[in-house]
Amino acid sequence: MAQNDENGTRRDFLFYATGGTAAVGTGAAVWPLINQMNPSADVKALASIRVDISEIEPGTQLTVKWLGKPVFIRRRTETEIEEAQNVNLDDLLDNAARNDNIAEASADDQNRSLDENGEWLVMMGVCTHLGCVPLGDGAGEYNGWFCPCHGSHYDTAGRIRKGPAPENLAVPKAVFVDDSTIKLG
Amino acid sequence: MAGIPHDHYKPGSKGEKWLHSRLPIVGLLYDTLMIPTPKNLNWMWIWGIVLTFCLALQIITGIVLAMHYTPHVDEAFASVEHIMRNVNGGHMLRYLHANGASLFFIAVYCHIFRGLYYGSYKAPREVTWIIGMLIYLLMMGTAFMGYVLPWGQMSFWGATVITGLFGAIPFIGDALQTLLLGGPAVDNATLNRFFSLHYLFPFLIAGLVIVHIWAFHTTGNNNPTGVEVRRTSKEEAEKDTVPFWPYFVIKDLFALAVILVVFFAVVGFMPNYLGHPDNYIEANPLATPAHIVPEWYFLPFYAILRAFTADVWVVMIVSFFTGGIIDAKFFGVLAMFGAILVMALAPWLDTSSVRSARYRPMLKLWFAILVFDFFFLMWLGAMPAEEPYASLSLIASTYWFAYFLVILPLLGVLEKPLPQPKTIEEDFNKSHAKKPTIEPSPPAEVPAE
Amino acid sequence: MMAFFGKITLNIFAFFFLTATSIFAAGGGDNYVKDYKFSFEGPLGSFDQNQLQRGLKVYTEICSACHGLKYVPIRTLGDEGGLGYSEDEVRAYAENYEIFDPELDDYRPAKPTDHFPEVVDAGAPDLSLMAKARAGFHGPMGTGINQFVKGIGGAEYIASLLAGYTGEEKEEFGTVFYENTAYPGRWIAMAPPLYGEDVDYDDGHSNELKYEAMDVAAFLTWAAEPKMMARKHVGFRAVLFLILLSALLYATNKTLWAPIKKKVA
Repeated sequence: MAQNDENGTRRDFLFYATGGTAAVGTGAAVWPLINQMNPSADVKALASIRVDISEIEPGTQLTVKWLGKPVFIRRRTETEIEEAQNVNLDDLLDNAARNDNIAEASADDQNRSLDENGEWLVMMGVCTHLGCVPLGDGAGEYNGWFCPCHGSHYDTAGRIRKGPAPENLAVPKAVFVDDSTIKLG
Repeated sequence: MAGIPHDHYKPGSKGEKWLHSRLPIVGLLYDTLMIPTPKNLNWMWIWGIVLTFCLALQIITGIVLAMHYTPHVDEAFASVEHIMRNVNGGHMLRYLHANGASLFFIAVYCHIFRGLYYGSYKAPREVTWIIGMLIYLLMMGTAFMGYVLPWGQMSFWGATVITGLFGAIPFIGDALQTLLLGGPAVDNATLNRFFSLHYLFPFLIAGLVIVHIWAFHTTGNNNPTGVEVRRTSKEEAEKDTVPFWPYFVIKDLFALAVILVVFFAVVGFMPNYLGHPDNYIEANPLATPAHIVPEWYFLPFYAILRAFTADVWVVMIVSFFTGGIIDAKFFGVLAMFGAILVMALAPWLDTSSVRSARYRPMLKLWFAILVFDFFFLMWLGAMPAEEPYASLSLIASTYWFAYFLVILPLLGVLEKPLPQPKTIEEDFNKSHAKKPTIEPSPPAEVPAE
Repeated sequence: MMAFFGKITLNIFAFFFLTATSIFAAGGGDNYVKDYKFSFEGPLGSFDQNQLQRGLKVYTEICSACHGLKYVPIRTLGDEGGLGYSEDEVRAYAENYEIFDPELDDYRPAKPTDHFPEVVDAGAPDLSLMAKARAGFHGPMGTGINQFVKGIGGAEYIASLLAGYTGEEKEEFGTVFYENTAYPGRWIAMAPPLYGEDVDYDDGHSNELKYEAMDVAAFLTWAAEPKMMARKHVGFRAVLFLILLSALLYATNKTLWAPIKKKVA
């Protein structure tokens, strides 16, 4: 009787081991079927791009496509910087920096621009209202950007000042690789 | 469902009863899985599970590949390269799918020849057999259209040649070919519809597979003796059978695992061995490859297609009597489809009262020649269309037809069968009885191990 | 008898499964492809990173004048298991090429995310898949055994071709053909691209003709099958796992059937 029990245990163990191994195999086969839906290598490679900014003069801007959306890269003039820095934060509609490069912060101009001097401003060219592309080069009542779809006005630091848009223009992850190159993403 | 008497599903808990009175699906699955199965089945009865696995593998990898593939002549080839280079694990998925087709056909040929040897096609299993043949035809269609999708040179020229077969049909041929292609030649319209149908056919196959299983679950499995399971009472039936689950499921899964070792070795280490280098050259309608060779699984029937040329006397006679309507080209097409048709008609061409070739000494010999003939044709199909291959193809094709049209009907009359066991139990007991110690040689038959 | 039949059939099927393919040699019997030994052959073989980098140099300095690699993204030069260049090296390499950008409607230096450029002017075939689009070995007698033993031989064909010029040439219909022992038909329109010592290797490896030919053949094999290492790894693990599963299922099956068979004995 005792021997039978032992045989029974050994048999159960074999059955569980087989079942368990088969289950592991099935699991290993399922994962690739799901993973193939994740972004492929060519899409992932475009998650980070480099932009040559050597030819951008003060007072002009470059629009590049990144992750399927426009990104504004503006080299601001002294006047624009001054104008942006002199804004009283209480006058802003949205008091958050909306900058992916830093943690939660107030919408000071220093928290929006890429370099310490405030010369470079990099923002997603997507109106935070309904996703239109705002017009630039000093457009709108605050000499920054103006969204023609529903009349949102942004100032020279891309902050929302008037109109239906709820947030400041978003600042994407960006970093200077060298003096003439910005890496997005 | 009629069939061998056995215990049926009885809903136990309240929940089970609730569902069973509304949708007896658990009962259906239970009865399907617990079907009494002759306990003397040997290793040639594993192919059903292998084929089911192949169908699932092809459908799953196919759906996944379709998420990345573009059926347009300008982008199809590049989208396959995209799968191979960029998609996560895409290279494995594609190689599994491409080689999966080969495994599918190896299994289906084993399955068919098993049926031919053990007389599985004979009454009362004719319907199972016919449905099986339909599945096989659909498989060929699916495989052919799938091979066109990568839009390589072999894809393009294979499609041109095979659709040309339909052009050989008298009177309506040209119109039919144009209809199939959606234009005067293989082009974007062709690629698009082939993609659509390549996606559709496997689901038709899956439907037919269910009917196939339904049919043989009604008649019960054949077995190596060809002797039927006793079904006057449940007790008697249980002496001849064991339930499919777990006995044969585990046995078949073991066989499947062994086969998959080889399969994954091929996919991992030599995935292009069964393919053709020319299919890594993008389709070019202006340049034909030096040798157009179909995939290996079409070769035997391709050889039959090419065997009947205009200088063969049968072709000449037929051509003469039909006033040239059946010319050599059309004759070849008829021969190719006829080769499958005669196989489908085996249940009515075989006149023997004995099912299994195990007790048919003469059939055993002729069958061995048929198997050889099949491989010989496969080899001939890959050789260039010149002598001596042309004459050999003709001889081999003739044997194929002779086996079904002459040998099967005649043997029923000429052959003296060996004595068969009375019951499956008797056969099983004989092969598992303790062997006398004087004969230490391993048993000749090890069924159901 | 039954088992005998089963076994014979299985053996025959297995044999033909492995051999009844690739018969395409007919008519091509006049070319000779040498069975070079490459590091990536066999189930355990892997790419030799230095060799791939040398091959890239041969391609860049010589082949790329006439041949493109339009399916190969430049960024994959940084992939593991392949050439393994750093991000900066890949970026610097990409800038060697000018590509047409439809968005700019102008030419610009290539970026790693671009593909190698397609070269159309020379009328030479693209090399992205050349190593898979050619078979070096065939037969014998339509059985495919040579391909089973030696491999399909795309890399060997490329290396043999590059090292196979005899120096003879002839002119037909205004085109010059060069005699080549590896080329089916023996006369090829491509002028000898390599003579030996054409490229200075950074790793100091010998740049004899044979090595240049092998190196670029290895590089083109990588270009055609960049995921070869990943594929072999998966294959290897799957085979090991399935052997384990087979063993377990075998034991389970034995155990399961024991009482049924015991009743008999």
